[in-house]
Amino acid sequence: MSQEFNTNLGTLFAVNLDGPSRLHRRSATQPDQSAPFSDRIDRFDLGLGMGELAAEKHAKYILTVEKKKDDIESVLMEHLRINGAYWGLTTLDILGKLAAVDQETVISWVMSCQHESGGFGGNEGHDPHLLYTLSAIQILALFNKIDTLDIEKVSNYISTLQNEDGSFSGDKWGEIDTRFSYVAICSLALLKQLDKINVENAVKYIVSCKNLDGGFGCTPGAESHAGQIFCCIGALAITGCLHYVDKDLLGWWLCERQVKSGGLNGRPEKLPDVCYSWWVLSSLIIIDRVHWIDKEKLVKFILDCQDKENGGISDRPDDAVDVFHTYFGVAGLSLLEYPGLKAIDPAYALPVDVINRIFLH
Amino acid sequence: MHGRPRKPATPVDENASALKAAKIRSLQSQFLLNHHNNIYTKEALEINAKLIESNPEFMTAWNYRKLAFEHNLSNQSEADSDHIKSVMDEELQVVENALRKNFKSYGAWHHRKWVISKGSSSTERELRLLNLFQKQDTRNFHAWNYRRFIAGLKNISDEKELQFTTDMINDNFSNYSAWHNRSVLLSHLLEKKVVGYFPKEIFLKEEYEFVRNAVFTDPDDQSGWFYHLWLLDQTVKVDMPNLVSSWPPHGSEITKTTFPIVLFFNEPVEGVNLQTVSVQVEDAIFKNITWSLLSANKFKCGQAWLTHLTIPLGETNSSKIFQVKISSEYSQGIISSNDVPCSQHWSIEFRVSVCHDFQLEGQSLRRMLMTDENFCTVGINSNVMDLFKSYFELASDYEQPTSSKWKSEMIASELDQYRELLSWAECKIGKLTLARLLMANDAIGTTVAPNTSHVEEVLKLYSELMELDPAHYQYYKDEYSLAFLKQVTSSKESLMKYCGQYKESTSSNITGPMCLRLNSLSLSQIGSFERLLWVQSLDLSHNQLHSIEGLEALQLLSCLNLSHNKVGSFMALDPLRFLKSLRVLNISYNEIGAHTVDTRRYLCSSPLSHTFDYDKKFEEFATGDEKVLNCWEAYSVFGGLDIMQLDVVGNAAADERFMLFLVKLLPGLKWLDGEELH
Repeated sequence: MSQEFNTNLGTLFAVNLDGPSRLHRRSATQPDQSAPFSDRIDRFDLGLGMGELAAEKHAKYILTVEKKKDDIESVLMEHLRINGAYWGLTTLDILGKLAAVDQETVISWVMSCQHESGGFGGNEGHDPHLLYTLSAIQILALFNKIDTLDIEKVSNYISTLQNEDGSFSGDKWGEIDTRFSYVAICSLALLKQLDKINVENAVKYIVSCKNLDGGFGCTPGAESHAGQIFCCIGALAITGCLHYVDKDLLGWWLCERQVKSGGLNGRPEKLPDVCYSWWVLSSLIIIDRVHWIDKEKLVKFILDCQDKENGGISDRPDDAVDVFHTYFGVAGLSLLEYPGLKAIDPAYALPVDVINRIFLH
Repeated sequence: MHGRPRKPATPVDENASALKAAKIRSLQSQFLLNHHNNIYTKEALEINAKLIESNPEFMTAWNYRKLAFEHNLSNQSEADSDHIKSVMDEELQVVENALRKNFKSYGAWHHRKWVISKGSSSTERELRLLNLFQKQDTRNFHAWNYRRFIAGLKNISDEKELQFTTDMINDNFSNYSAWHNRSVLLSHLLEKKVVGYFPKEIFLKEEYEFVRNAVFTDPDDQSGWFYHLWLLDQTVKVDMPNLVSSWPPHGSEITKTTFPIVLFFNEPVEGVNLQTVSVQVEDAIFKNITWSLLSANKFKCGQAWLTHLTIPLGETNSSKIFQVKISSEYSQGIISSNDVPCSQHWSIEFRVSVCHDFQLEGQSLRRMLMTDENFCTVGINSNVMDLFKSYFELASDYEQPTSSKWKSEMIASELDQYRELLSWAECKIGKLTLARLLMANDAIGTTVAPNTSHVEEVLKLYSELMELDPAHYQYYKDEYSLAFLKQVTSSKESLMKYCGQYKESTSSNITGPMCLRLNSLSLSQIGSFERLLWVQSLDLSHNQLHSIEGLEALQLLSCLNLSHNKVGSFMALDPLRFLKSLRVLNISYNEIGAHTVDTRRYLCSSPLSHTFDYDKKFEEFATGDEKVLNCWEAYSVFGGLDIMQLDVVGNAAADERFMLFLVKLLPGLKWLDGEELH
């Protein structure tokens, strides 16, 4: 979770950069969007808001990553291209720019990554794994195209990876990790197939990974880590089991991840990193303890990590940018209610309107 | 990219990068071709090894090695141990090369586990590798995980591993990973009741000393502090679930013949039902009782449980007094969320007398205004005080004696130590620890009544912390509020200062229930609900509350004033769903509808958390407009309530359309924002 991520989005995002922004379009088709929200967008477009997010540049950065497909970083990340597509597309949606992407191209490419077992690989011809399967489902959800899937087949692939103790293997080779518990539970919930697994055992396994600090690790006995905590808290949230969490103890540990610069780290005595704006913040929001950190300082830290010239966000100020951190930076700002951004759901890691469409209608 | 500086690439860099990329791309295509055609020759494996060395995160490449491993060993006609060993050695070598490139590679570590599980490798070799990696990066959680895996596989004793953490900490105490592993190992040793570690007071004393060395050396390093907090928790923790209070309370007399019964436990429990709890009126045991959980979760686990009882009056003996007894029939059947049974038997007895009692419904046509001039103080001899008088005197009878001498001594000694630390170091976690120690000290006191002798000092510490560490201001503020409420609810005398009798200033004969007035106290959080089960009217206005979690336990509540707080969404009002007696509600001047992020969304009943089905009735009930925005949330909270007086003005969500929706949703509503409805 904390390893280096980057991705080559290839030619997936055939571009329509100068087309109308999705936010403006939506306000035309959905008059019910509340007035304060559109005010904020206008303010943001005029650069009068808290106004430092280089939104246009970031959208452009994501849409043009393809140009760098021959550089070493892109090649090294081909094995998780589908994760990269999810990060990039979700960022575009939060920025109101998803309409700039050719939906058909993306969906047919996503479907080409599906293996006969029902699971998805990180790229065409790669082996299937739960991590990539969730990204595929999330991408389809963004476009309201979950019905493209053979839901029975995908959910069977996921449910057969549950072990007797409730844990999940990532694929048939048996690596066990609470990351995979989250991925399986989130995927099945989005497909409305949670009854395919033993949820009670799945929850018990996650709870068995709880630590002295109220956090969670990847297996029983493993050290707490903000990324892992997000996975466990997210899974418990989706299954309605947050009563197993000591919210005050964990909340304190999480809020102490904020360091002097305003940024968040992932474990005690580590450096801050923009990606924890997602892992720590979403967990704090789910357990209703996000007011325990200084939000303004965190906003400033994320904005300081932007490449304002060429777009993109990096782990720390003045480091090289990538899609992974651009996503976590923008999603983090959305969780901090930064003006002009679409709200993102902290448990499913998809825009709130996408989640409401799935669960409230 | 993690830790790589942002700088424009020079043409030379770009060339080198492109060359390297082309090389890897060619390796990738060759590898995938081999993989898809099940080719496992020596050459194919070499291509794979080169690819892995340049990109250890390529998951499919590791899968291929496992397939090749199985393929090459299954082709051996007889078990050739030398051959097996050489194949295994090669795999271990590939892993080591990959880890040298990136020792955070999930794929590499898992491959090693997979190979080791297939056959033997010497413990020494694995430990040697681990020592190498753990010296280079003492916090590498993959290496620590692998260490626990090897210790389990090779039956290395917990004591030996504990010594390893001691050595690592002695090398450098700023090693949270080592402290963490120490807590895991000690928990194992305690659980297995290993001599020298059981009971826990044996090791706690030494551990307190060990961690003190660390935090006194550098009080600003967090590593040891979390461990200290764990030790404190181990010291004060009551290890089993237990009933802490109830409505009606033991020894009380109530005057309604239909009333709720609330059981309040020290931690979430499941298994409260007819088999575990008996309800007896006079000599008859009631069999048609259903206990329900006062919270929103699926697996039937919670702190507060509810049922309703109606005393069968029979003929006209309206002056009769009934004896009611609620007792644990089979307390072992009530278990905590980590499967510990409630082992203590308990019993609550109270009387129900049938006579006329106060009815709010009787004056439903008048608007209640919870303003200062409409309240008068409650006299200490007032009849209305009798109820919670008996409550406070007897509530503690079924509180389990948690005090042990060793606990008090340990806390007292820690208090001395940390007061000393603070005499020479301005350290925020040190202050926080002192506040926690003081609260712990009060919690394990030996007196029957709640002990709050240190609360003043605790409140002072939290005030100082708010100034010292403004980034976490709200954390200290919340802790302050909870400690303050503990103090307020600790005795009848302190509570009385906050009680008022509702009496309309314009009319001398209009009275309402006694009101607990916790208004304008700048509270940011509420708690101590176990001591507030008797409250019928509650004024929380002009505070900074954004959540009312726990309020659902107050089943008698009929009037609630939450105006001028920071409630951010209807979902934050979810506890109201359980308060079926609620008639008067003021939520005006909050922040409902003003936020794009709802922090209560996963802590209440909701389709998103699979704890509440999206109601098809809503689809029929609501018009097109109402289906969007907050209407569904308001519907799910208020839909089952019978509210007569509601104030919502001053919230972003309360526009005209929404008000019309409320009128439709609440047919019993008489007053909305001060206006009488017709």
